[in-house]
Amino acid sequence: MGAFSYFPQTEEDIRIMLERIGVGSLDDLYADVPADFIYKGEYDLPSAMSEQQVRDFFESLAAKNTRLKVFVGQGAYDHYVPSVIPYITSRSEFLTAYTPYQCEISQGTLRYIFEWQTMICRLTGLDVTNASMYDGPTAAAEAMRMCVASTKKRNSVIVSARLLPNVIDTIRTYAKYAGINVVVTDKVAEEVAEGVLDLAGVIVPSINRFGIIESHLGLAELVHNAGALLVEYCDPSALAVVKTPAEWGADIAVGDGQSLGIPLCFGGPYVGFMACTEALMRKLPGRIVGQTTDASGKRCYVLTLQAREQHIRREKATSNICSNESLMALWCTVYLSLMGPEGMRKLNALCYEGAHYLHDALLATGKFERVFDGEFLKEFCLKPLCDVQKLQQALLDAGFFAALQTEDGYVTFCVTEKHPREELDRIVEIVKSVK
Amino acid sequence: MKYYDKLIFELSKPGRIGYSLPDSVCRASEAVAPAGACRPRQGRGGTASEAQRWGPKDVSEGQAAVSSTIWREAPLDLPEVSEVDVVRHYTNLSQMNFGVDTGFYPLGSCTMKYNPKINEEIANMPAFTGLHPLQPESTTKGALEIYVGMDKALAAITGMKHFTFLPCAGAHGELTGLMLMREYHMSRGDTARTKVIVPDSAHGTNPASAAVCGLDIVVVKSKENGLVDVDALKALLGPDIAGIMMTNPNTLGLFERDIKEIARLVHDCGGLLYYDGANMNPLLGMVRPGDMGFDIMHLNLHKTFSTPHGGGGPGAGPVGVSDKVLPFLHIPRVSGFHGNFGIILRAYAYILMLGRENVKMAGKLATLGANYIKESLKGCYKLPIPTVCKHEFVFDGLLEDNGVTTLDVAKRLLDYGFHAPTIYFPLLFHQAIMIEPTETESLETLDAFIDVMRKIAVEAKTDPEMLHGAPHNTPIGRPDETTAARQPVLKYD
Amino acid sequence: MSKIAEGLLYSESHEWVKVDGNVAIIGVSDFAQSEMGDITYVEMPDVDDEVTAGDDFGALESVKTSSELIAPVSGKVIARNDELEDKPEMINEDAYEAWIIKVEMSDKAELDALLNAAAYAEIAK
Repeated sequence: MGAFSYFPQTEEDIRIMLERIGVGSLDDLYADVPADFIYKGEYDLPSAMSEQQVRDFFESLAAKNTRLKVFVGQGAYDHYVPSVIPYITSRSEFLTAYTPYQCEISQGTLRYIFEWQTMICRLTGLDVTNASMYDGPTAAAEAMRMCVASTKKRNSVIVSARLLPNVIDTIRTYAKYAGINVVVTDKVAEEVAEGVLDLAGVIVPSINRFGIIESHLGLAELVHNAGALLVEYCDPSALAVVKTPAEWGADIAVGDGQSLGIPLCFGGPYVGFMACTEALMRKLPGRIVGQTTDASGKRCYVLTLQAREQHIRREKATSNICSNESLMALWCTVYLSLMGPEGMRKLNALCYEGAHYLHDALLATGKFERVFDGEFLKEFCLKPLCDVQKLQQALLDAGFFAALQTEDGYVTFCVTEKHPREELDRIVEIVKSVK
Repeated sequence: MKYYDKLIFELSKPGRIGYSLPDSVCRASEAVAPAGACRPRQGRGGTASEAQRWGPKDVSEGQAAVSSTIWREAPLDLPEVSEVDVVRHYTNLSQMNFGVDTGFYPLGSCTMKYNPKINEEIANMPAFTGLHPLQPESTTKGALEIYVGMDKALAAITGMKHFTFLPCAGAHGELTGLMLMREYHMSRGDTARTKVIVPDSAHGTNPASAAVCGLDIVVVKSKENGLVDVDALKALLGPDIAGIMMTNPNTLGLFERDIKEIARLVHDCGGLLYYDGANMNPLLGMVRPGDMGFDIMHLNLHKTFSTPHGGGGPGAGPVGVSDKVLPFLHIPRVSGFHGNFGIILRAYAYILMLGRENVKMAGKLATLGANYIKESLKGCYKLPIPTVCKHEFVFDGLLEDNGVTTLDVAKRLLDYGFHAPTIYFPLLFHQAIMIEPTETESLETLDAFIDVMRKIAVEAKTDPEMLHGAPHNTPIGRPDETTAARQPVLKYD
Repeated sequence: MSKIAEGLLYSESHEWVKVDGNVAIIGVSDFAQSEMGDITYVEMPDVDDEVTAGDDFGALESVKTSSELIAPVSGKVIARNDELEDKPEMINEDAYEAWIIKVEMSDKAELDALLNAAAYAEIAK
């Protein structure tokens, strides 16, 4: 056996251990496995590479990717990533740590989760947050389950058709196997008012998939009168300036923390969040960190309310979630600590200005038609009056990912604080040049 | 580790900033520009209670009435901290944490193996981190090849046909796998199959995932030797069984040697076999779940494939299927984009570093270490099942406990610079201590652990009170978990 | 040795029943609370909910475990002990004082299946 840098065992070590165990060879340790299950062939895998070869391998794959200037959102936003964050999250005490079940040696992890919980509560205005979910779409699906679990004998959930398609798909998936009746509609308030469903919950977007900031005036009252819960799907970065779920009267807020400075990374890892009112605290899925003291009175943190979770409650647990996206919650917590309230407001102002600047300039080219009247923040949709394929190709050739076509035939753009004005002007130039 | 008692909110002072943003350069027409939002703070002394309202001001009457109700009015109470203090705070927090890079984690069922740093380097390459998930395929060919390459590699290692990479964790994979199980039966119009069989030694995520998937659980008992009771299983099989969820080796670290018969019985009654890949490590290089008759399985990349645990994620739980279930693989849409690409990248780098030669050794070396510890400590800890184990095994507390519990032993280990093993799981043994060393630990590390475990066994006899109060050398002592649960304080006020 | 109160009926799953006319007052035995350790939360049904003998009607939670509460009789919940919401430790302090729910029984014959104090003493060892 050749030596390998991840296997510390020398031939001598192996001999010593086999002797202590009382078997002659490593294969003897598998004597209880039916012989025909022992895999005797060569694995269809490449031969072991050296580190440099691994680097070269991935360099050649990297060369097949094109990094573009990203002007599309739709659930993954190209926000500025502060340089401090990866230095913190790559510290091995955070990166290589296990779940903080042994709290005495995990106070670092527990404290940042407590800070994350606090910050998400402050952004959403709600009372309780958990330690994170996989992503926004699955958090929305779990919120749907929470609505059904919290309302007796009700099994229907109304879902706004203006949520992102991948959010709706994930909700539908979870609903299908749980036998929950999901009604996807453009006319949420009307559907609620009709009052025919055994309504458990209603899920609406804070900013919808067209980029429009929605007004939910009167919706919470309508939903609560129907005996159901209101869930709002939000972009946490935008919550710095947009009306919060709490202000709208929502019971549960979910969304994805990716917009809090997490790199695009081809779709993951991101981080879902879930916040709710105090009344729903015990129905929250996932881990939760609480504050307490040790015997000497020191303030400390611990995983609490564990009796809700799968390792204790098993099939009666609030969810099956175990590992979540803890390190990404750290990412967001450091991000928000750096940005602070001023940074978040300024960032959103920059997005707002850039997006409106581009929006108006694109309209002025005559190649697009305005579709929506509502207010938008960083993302917007327009109806194309030109050849979309040509437009997208021209933009791509110039290194821009923009004008993604939506399922309604619109094109969507997103401008963040990362984008200097020159790039916006360049986009407009390219649009003008497309015949 | 030093006790550091700050929270970031306590370091906040109005007027401090930790951000770096450019100034506004592209005012839209004055009519819609938000007034004041971009202006730098006018000197120090501003408080959080200053005008917090943000929104377009110079707009026409009609618009203002609508706009004013969509903007945030509540104060935005986030910390105001300078960059250096943010860095110090989180650095100090990290110094109260233990990681694999700090020391040994003998955690059964978690496979806390070394997290290679080349994985980190690859995962942080801008050519990967800068990709938007919806970019045109022509611009992400490299990323897509990674999925193809991983699919091939995992298929080779497990004997399954193809994988979906959407699940973000093991439990998520279990849920996805059960969805596939249901799709298979639904496609045959077989709606009666509403139950899944799970051994009594199963991890809590198994029944929890079944419940989320709309399936009922039926528990099959284990025999005294810790293996699934095949006769008991026979009695449970019928037309209402969708399948069985098993891990092999099981949570006691024992290989379910009746798996051939179990597979035959379950298949004969029309059910499917699901393999919980949490215990895949000892099978690396030795046995493939696909060859044992499993139809669906998940892998934990953050266990078997060395990606870092991150304090509780992110992980990834790709799900593999046999030919039978392949037609349904892409039906369940269980996450937003393409799964945790960054984690998949790390696992791929790991597999390439191992190569086919070292994959062959990984399982065996993991099993070697586990059996070595078992044999070395069975003189002072109760070993309920004395047979050869695989990558992990279970003690049922001390042989002579003198009132010292498994919890006390676990907490005392922290004093000696080790993370505790898994405790009180599986539920079959009331003082369970589940130990899994993994193949990346040296003989010296194992010996050091064995020495300390022996020391603790002696301390149990000579100084049990000290053990009841352990740990003593950590930043905090045992927390008051009862108050934490009775009067939850879940955020900073 | 756990305490066993006379004059009550018991289930094998360690609930006690005090019969008051057509109403069953239900709690858990001293044995149950000592097995659980510090109780941190009591999950209870709402007033007007129906309970069925043999099915669970709630749960006791401690830091590290949870235990289902099994209904010893069937009927409608007419009262629940709201004090337990804020002070679940009342069950630890006096398991026989801290009732959990009161049920208007739908079938008094179900009481015959329960154990008397002496018979329960045999299991609660």
